[in-house]
Amino acid sequence: MSASTLPTREATRPHPGAELPRQSGFARALRRNLTAHGFLIGAVLCFAFFSWYPMVREFLLAFQKTKDGRTTWAGWSNLSYVFHDPAFWQAWRNTLLFTGLALVLGFVLPFLVAVLLNEFRHGQGYLRLLVYLPVMLPPVASVLLFKYFYDPGYGLFNRVFELLGLPAQQWLQSTDTAMLSVVIAATWMNMGSATLVYLAALQGIPGELYEAAELDGAGLLRKIWHVTVPQTRLVLSLMFLMQIIATMQVFTEPFLLTNGAGPEGSTTTVVYLIYQYAFNFNNYGGAAALGLCLLVLLAGFSAAYVRLSRDSDG
Amino acid sequence: MRRTSFSPARQIRRTAVGALAGALALTALAACGTSSSDSGNGDSKPGTGSSDPAAPLDPKTKVDLTIDCMPPAAKAAELKEWKQDVATFNRTYPNVKIVGRSTPGQCEEPPRFTAALKAKSQPDVFYSYFTDLQQVLDNNGAADISAYVTDKSVPALNSIDPAVMGVYKKDGKMYGLPTSNYQMGIMINRKLFQRAGLDPDRPPTTWEEVRTDSQAIAKLGGGVYGYGEYSAENTGGWHFTAAMYSLGGDVVGSDGRAAFDNATGKQVLQQLHDMRWTDRSMSQTQLLKWGDLQKQITADKLGMFLAAPDDIAYMVQQLGAKYENFGMGPIPGGKATLTGGNGYMIKQGSSPDKIKAAIAWLNFKNLSPGKGQFEWARTKADQLPVGVPQPNFFTGDVKAADLKSRTDNATMPVANFAPYLAKPIPGKAEPPKAQEVYKVLDNAMSAVLTNKDADIAKLLSTARTQVDQVLANQ
Repeated sequence: MSASTLPTREATRPHPGAELPRQSGFARALRRNLTAHGFLIGAVLCFAFFSWYPMVREFLLAFQKTKDGRTTWAGWSNLSYVFHDPAFWQAWRNTLLFTGLALVLGFVLPFLVAVLLNEFRHGQGYLRLLVYLPVMLPPVASVLLFKYFYDPGYGLFNRVFELLGLPAQQWLQSTDTAMLSVVIAATWMNMGSATLVYLAALQGIPGELYEAAELDGAGLLRKIWHVTVPQTRLVLSLMFLMQIIATMQVFTEPFLLTNGAGPEGSTTTVVYLIYQYAFNFNNYGGAAALGLCLLVLLAGFSAAYVRLSRDSDG
Repeated sequence: MRRTSFSPARQIRRTAVGALAGALALTALAACGTSSSDSGNGDSKPGTGSSDPAAPLDPKTKVDLTIDCMPPAAKAAELKEWKQDVATFNRTYPNVKIVGRSTPGQCEEPPRFTAALKAKSQPDVFYSYFTDLQQVLDNNGAADISAYVTDKSVPALNSIDPAVMGVYKKDGKMYGLPTSNYQMGIMINRKLFQRAGLDPDRPPTTWEEVRTDSQAIAKLGGGVYGYGEYSAENTGGWHFTAAMYSLGGDVVGSDGRAAFDNATGKQVLQQLHDMRWTDRSMSQTQLLKWGDLQKQITADKLGMFLAAPDDIAYMVQQLGAKYENFGMGPIPGGKATLTGGNGYMIKQGSSPDKIKAAIAWLNFKNLSPGKGQFEWARTKADQLPVGVPQPNFFTGDVKAADLKSRTDNATMPVANFAPYLAKPIPGKAEPPKAQEVYKVLDNAMSAVLTNKDADIAKLLSTARTQVDQVLANQ
């Protein structure tokens, strides 16, 4: 094919006053990539029906009210209802407490376990399997297992405490320990995935850096602080943000461990409150309004996550 | 270098691949979407029957009815009876096809029910609690059946307690038919009462007696506790309300505001606190919900708890309990008792034929003395519970005849329920916005049962503020 047959920018540009070409560039591009677009249809329709449409509906619902079968615009009243619900601030406090505790346990612990695993020369595959095993268990089974462990009467943990001469705890039955107990169970259930991500990042660190540090007289802690942490900084940052986004949507663990609310509402989380509004109180407007509040907050964290991801790609 | 021209064959092939991919995607979407047979106007053939509500269902009109709360396979005897009833019903109405839907656990779980209403995926004839009416109407979920319910379509209509019939009425319109009702009382484990030296034929009638009996039972040791109470999933608030009623108190006053922050409310919470922490006659394991106490009393680990009479049916059929081990008394305090129940509504948009068929089925299955759920001789033959004073909505001669039939066919020692029946207590309906009010009160209940240092006055005051906010947001 000679160069003259190629469509040039000059040739394709419509002249002023000239008739527009019968097919626009968009239509041509569409036709050229017809197969790809055909395959995309399924995904696009799935997203449209199951993600985008519900999101738009949720936004509309947040400003609507339904009474006696009639749906009317409600202005800000759903948001006002949510803000005036006494459980609202308690749910946010509980959610932030869960997030904070989950970061202390669920962020630091998997990293330390990954560092330890990385030091093992033998049986690393076996140990990785052990760490990841809880993730493979059905979440409900894991939670019910912990419910048994936490029982103040016949539970395993109090039996162990008894053998060690320690006082029995109320675990899920006390406002002081209920949320911590939920976090411990959630960390055990979920830390396997984070540990494997950290482990992969650790194994990407060149051994020469550690050798150089050793030559400089660095011990284990200094090697971690001066080599491991800086080298995995980006992964740590991404996991930190993902952890925040995930933990702020906690629902399963408190729902199953404490029937949602817990003693004096001490494990009522924002997502559980949304569930209560929608499915127990038939207040979809309130549920959608509270969902919007959560969305705004999580959108901020998600934006930060995307920014960090771009940085890592760059 | 990119080609900019297409050969016709290639173009056709691409188009075909694109179309095929699109078709596959649409097929996949259709497969993962929900199929809906719901249909308001559904399966009856319009024009073949009469739209006159007073006219009987035309036997030539084909009607398909979906109905929930069909017994699941685990309840084999009840399922057998359901199938028998469908066959008997079809002898009179061969044109009506009953399509039962069963659910594990309770017939209605509020989250599932609420979602179904929103999605309009409830069956043609759907189970509901007495307290669901407003929620159903808010979702435009039930048909007005006033014109269809007469003493011709429901011959026992005038023998049904008007108060019970009234629960499904709003603004003079009827939206459902009741099928069962209950009054709360106190369930006791007769075996533990005997072991503790108490008289099982005399369940406690005051809250003071509840406390002393509970202490006596807890002294048995071995993980046995005297009294049990709920405090989660809104059931704590439900029982707090029952206890308030029993002492002559209220939860929501006639002025539409919280009415429990007073001496009666304090008495209810203080007694629970003292039984849990001073007497230690209540279990360390709290945050319990419906179903938990039934398991404990069946396992002979619990002496008593507030219950509806049909809890025993659940305990016997699902948990393997023996009838003779349990008895019931009236609610302690006895000033009033919380009443509730369930029934069926018919989906909004149903055709007149469908409504007529549904009412014919509900009448046969649930509202005809001597038939369906009231065919006690059959129930006895199937070794299902007979003798439980529930449902209990007939009046006058019909009630007397029904009670006699229950006694004649009893499969349990009816005398164990004699104290409950001997002292009728005025019934009182649940408060407005019941579930939201119960949610708030759950916190107060869980606090006194899990926190030794709970400040009861503060708990009640906080709950009052919260309930007032809930009620103000109607």
